[in-house]
Parts: sequence; structure tokens; C-alpha cells
Amino acid sequence: MAEAINEAIRHEMRRDPNIILLGQDIGAYGGTFGVYKGLLDEFGPERVRDGPLCEAATAGFGVGLAISGMPTLVEIEFMDFMTLASDAMCNQAAKMRYFFGGQVRVPMIIRTPIVNRLGLGAQHSQSLEAWLMHVPGLRVIIPSNAFDAKGLMIAAIRDGNPTVFIEHVRLYPNKAPVEEADEPIPLGKLRVSREGKDATIATYSGMVKPCLDAAANLAREGIECEVLDLRTLAPLDCEGICASVRKTGRLVVAHESVKTAGAGAEIAQTAMEGAFDYLQAPILRVASKDLPIPTGKLQDVVFPSAVDVEEAVRKVME
Amino acid sequence: MKSLPAAWQAGALSAVKNIIMKTELDLNTLLYWYEQMWTIRYFEDNAIGSFRKGLFTGSTHPCIGQEAIAVGAGAALRETDQVLATYRGHGHAIAKKLDVKRLMAELLCKETGCSGGRGGSMHLCDVSKGFWGTNAVVAAHIPIAGGVALSNKLKKNGRVTAVFFGDGSTCEGAFFETLNMAVLWKVPLVLVCENNGFAISVPTHMAIPIENIAQRAQGFGLPGVTVDGNDPVPVYNAVSEAADRARRGEGPTLVECKTTRWERHSAISAGKYENEEEAMKWKKVDPIPRFTKALLEKGATEFQLKELQERAKKVNDEAMEFALKSEYPKPETVGDFVFA
Repeated sequence: MAEAINEAIRHEMRRDPNIILLGQDIGAYGGTFGVYKGLLDEFGPERVRDGPLCEAATAGFGVGLAISGMPTLVEIEFMDFMTLASDAMCNQAAKMRYFFGGQVRVPMIIRTPIVNRLGLGAQHSQSLEAWLMHVPGLRVIIPSNAFDAKGLMIAAIRDGNPTVFIEHVRLYPNKAPVEEADEPIPLGKLRVSREGKDATIATYSGMVKPCLDAAANLAREGIECEVLDLRTLAPLDCEGICASVRKTGRLVVAHESVKTAGAGAEIAQTAMEGAFDYLQAPILRVASKDLPIPTGKLQDVVFPSAVDVEEAVRKVME
Repeated sequence: MKSLPAAWQAGALSAVKNIIMKTELDLNTLLYWYEQMWTIRYFEDNAIGSFRKGLFTGSTHPCIGQEAIAVGAGAALRETDQVLATYRGHGHAIAKKLDVKRLMAELLCKETGCSGGRGGSMHLCDVSKGFWGTNAVVAAHIPIAGGVALSNKLKKNGRVTAVFFGDGSTCEGAFFETLNMAVLWKVPLVLVCENNGFAISVPTHMAIPIENIAQRAQGFGLPGVTVDGNDPVPVYNAVSEAADRARRGEGPTLVECKTTRWERHSAISAGKYENEEEAMKWKKVDPIPRFTKALLEKGATEFQLKELQERAKKVNDEAMEFALKSEYPKPETVGDFVFA
């Protein structure tokens, strides 16, 4: 997936000479997790701008470049550090076009990875996508595989709006054939990763794989799950979610972020509002425990697993 | 009791006179500045008056007492240069030649306003005039201005970006981070600090442990200069030099303008000030009478000045009328302009 994102950005930078990359360790180092490998060599230090450790100003400079007609990608090394860049993204980028009556465009993308289950502890392991979904004016894109990552990155760049592109460290090695052509994937369209008639599992990012594993196990018990990979949380494919729930009558939502006020609550309510009459069981959420994330073996207690998803599906099937 | 800032102590007025007498600027230019200062003053009077009459809600943050900075700095910039300012930025918008009618309409949240009636008093903008807007989060626009300046450098378009902010902003991380990055990348940025002595109610001596904010520049490797911000001439001189420096590719400069804020932080600020009496004393250094005196000494006539003042009032009266007559944005347009 890292390579697919790299390819998308590389091709877009060739197409549009105004695109600028900002961040720390993005030059010779190639980005914290290697997504920018080779980009400095191809585009030079004017466009691939390694800079000082200052997320607030880096993101602020990104907004300034973006409104000046230079689409900018800012890398925030760990998603946890979004707090440091969030004024520029949430109070400035997301609102500026609106409060200036449409006079500016803000083609700015923050790329940031979820880096969990590596034992890095409470300040390096969070999934904060729900915070960002809560800000009108932002796109929140969260792919689960190389193919989608490439198409969604291309879409995000060409869309030209403030976007948080959430990657996942565990998915960087994900290998999947990607479109040779630079084909954008429309934002706000989920992917049906597995079809099924008995229950819907709505998920994204790092939980897609465990959910597919759970679905495979449940199929052996005769329970056919439909697995939805949401791909973008803002815009959210409400119709896609409801269509699946109308078909199966049951919904489990799974994500790695903590349960309370997580994306799952929004997804579940979307189904309640759009498919209530079809529901045959209460909607269940599978999520991390509402705790700071510990290091070591304790972290396994906090994060959800494929087994948790299976249990939840069996429960809604009762 | 904290005394008046050093710039305002005995002798300040005579120093101002000397600067004006020395300037190379011709009288017509200075008279234009005089008119602009009155345009801003009347605009702010109308802003406060309209708010008190309930013509708009929210609040408004007048720059009465600080007009000389907007005018002096504005004159030092080219039409194609960009300006970013804070919520106390009505003066900067006027100095950047935004249409006063559309500015007042924006305050009244009308659809004819410069931001379509969405932004209000704190979000004035006219990109076509190089005015990249006023911002309502203290110091947040400083790195954005840095980015705009960086785009000038990358595009090699010879433009300079000027960013205006108050003394309070210089305590924010965004300010310090921007100083570091702007010097590092030598971006064509002019940082103009309007040190009016207060951040809402907290006086600078309770927030900033050094005499002059310009001293902060030293540690970041950029020039910092402190000038009398209640006289447009030294402001013009300092900002001109800073803009020239930026255009030569030598990077940013910090210009601190000592000034005074007459009104409270905003029209809805109700709290008691640490030293109310002291704050009021600052009216003694009102930039307009000072400038009037200097202009008369330079050869302007009372009649000329009166005429310019009246013209400034008329422009604002017409703006008020335009704003009042304009329509509010239609409710069905509330969702416009979120995404491009």
C-alpha cells in the first residue's frame, strides 16, 4: 500500500508541477514509513520540503500554499500528533472557503498513519478518525488496501478540498494489484468486500482484514456475512450502508478506535435512520476498549480481534 | 502602577514631528493617508454604532487608535502584495483598498458583503485585492501567511506577504514556529506586530517579560525593529524597508508598532480592566490629531484637511446606506461554499 500511495502522488506531481510536499523526515529519509521513497530524487527539495519539527506551522504553511494555488500534502508522522496540527486543519482549512464566501480553494491533504498494535503506547497508537468526521468541511479518507489507496489518493488530490488521508502502518506492506491507469475512486462510495445475505459487517482500515477472516469462519457455520469496507468516512456512504442492512437485516460495526463516540456510533445511527424497519436485531459495535492504550501484552486486551467480530455476529444472529 | 510605554513618554510628539519633517514623502501622499485614517475611524465608529443598535450580532473588534499602522504599512506595500490580518483588521482591509460598502455589508452579514455575508466582522476577504482575509483564531493566520509567502518565493512572482497581529499573538506557538520556518526558508514575509498594550484585558507587562516584542526576532535570526505605531511615517519607513528586504530574497522582518487601543477588546467585552484610568490616558496619543498637527506644519491647510475628513465620512455614510439596503443571504444558500 505504501508503494501504491507513492505511485499516486508521484504521478500527480508529474501532472501538476504546483504540488508541494511538507513534513518532517520526508526527504532523503523517504517519509516516516517510507511512503515518499524516491520522491526527493525525482522532484527536488523545493517541492519535497523536509522541514523542522513543528506540526502547527507545517500545517499552517500548507494552508497558505494551498490557498495560493499550490496543492499541498502534509505528512503528520503519527495520527496521534494530529492534535498539534488540528487548528490549521479544523479551524482554518475546513472553514476558510466557507467564511470567505467561496473566494478561496484549500487543496490541502494531511496524510497520517494509524500506528497501532506495535507496543508504542498511549501517544502513538490512536485512531482519531471520529474527531475529524465531526468537522464539516473536511474529507476523511481511510483505505484498507493498496488498490483503494492509490485510487483514493488520486481522487483526493484532484478533488482539491481539505482532506485527512488516514493510512495504517500494518497495511503499508499490503500487496494488491493496482490500476495501471491513474483511475480515481469516487469519494463516498463503499466497497463490498464480501457479499452475504445474513448479516452486514461495516468496517474500514485495519479492521477490514479481521472482519473478512471472521466472515470466512462464520461461513463455515453457515452464516453468510456481507463485509463493507467504507473507504471514506466523510463523505459517508449512507445509502450503501442502508442498502446492505435492508438486505441482511443485521448490522455489526467494527473499528480499532475506542468505542465511545467513535465512527461506529454514527454508522449505526445511519442504519437506524435509513433501514430501521428492516433490522431484525439490535446493532452491535466491536471496538477498542475506552482506555488509553497500554504497551506490551496488555495492548492485546484493548484492541478488537476477528474473534470479537465473530462473537458479535453470532449475537445478532440469535 | 505600570507607566505608559516608553514610546509615549515625554518627547514622543516632538520626535514624531521631526520624522515627518524629514520624510521625503510629498504632501499629497500624506494627505491621502490622512483621509484613509479618517475612513477607518468613521468605519469603526459605524461598526460599533451598528452593533449597539443590534444591526448585527456576534461582536466587532475596532482598531480605533491603531489606524496609523494600517495606513502606513498599507502604503509601503504594492497592490499585488498580499495581506493577512486578525479580527481587528478592518483598517487593513480599508488600507488594501477593499470597497468600504462591501466591508460594511459584510459586518451586517448581507449577501453583498465582501465574504458573501458568511464571515462577518472577523472574516473579511477580497482575494482580487490581495487581501487574503482576517482570521479569528489568534496567531493561526501567521503560518498561513508564511505559506502564502513561500508560494511567492516558489513562483518567483516578486510579491511580498504582510501579516498583521497583536502583542497577544506573539505568545502563541504558531508565531514562534513561523518565525523559525520563515527565516529557515527565507520567505518574503513582513511580520507586523501591533503592540496595543493589551491581550483582551491582560496588559503586556503581565504576559511578555521583555520591553520590546521586536527583541524576540533576535533569537530567530531575523531583524526586529520597534517603531512608533501612532504615526504612519515611521511605520511606512520600517515596512518599506522590510518589504524591500523580502523582495531582495533576504527573508522576513519583524516590525513592532507600539500603539494604543481605545476601545475594549471587542464590542461585547464587559470585564474590568486592571487599570482603567491608565488605558484612557492613552487617548492622549491619538494618531489623528498628531498627524493633523504635523500636516499643518508641513503646509496643509485647515480647509484641505476638513474636506478630506468630510469625504471620509461621506464614504462611510454611503457604505452604511448600502449595507442597510442590501439583502441577507437566502436561507437555501446556507450550504454553499463548503467544498470546491
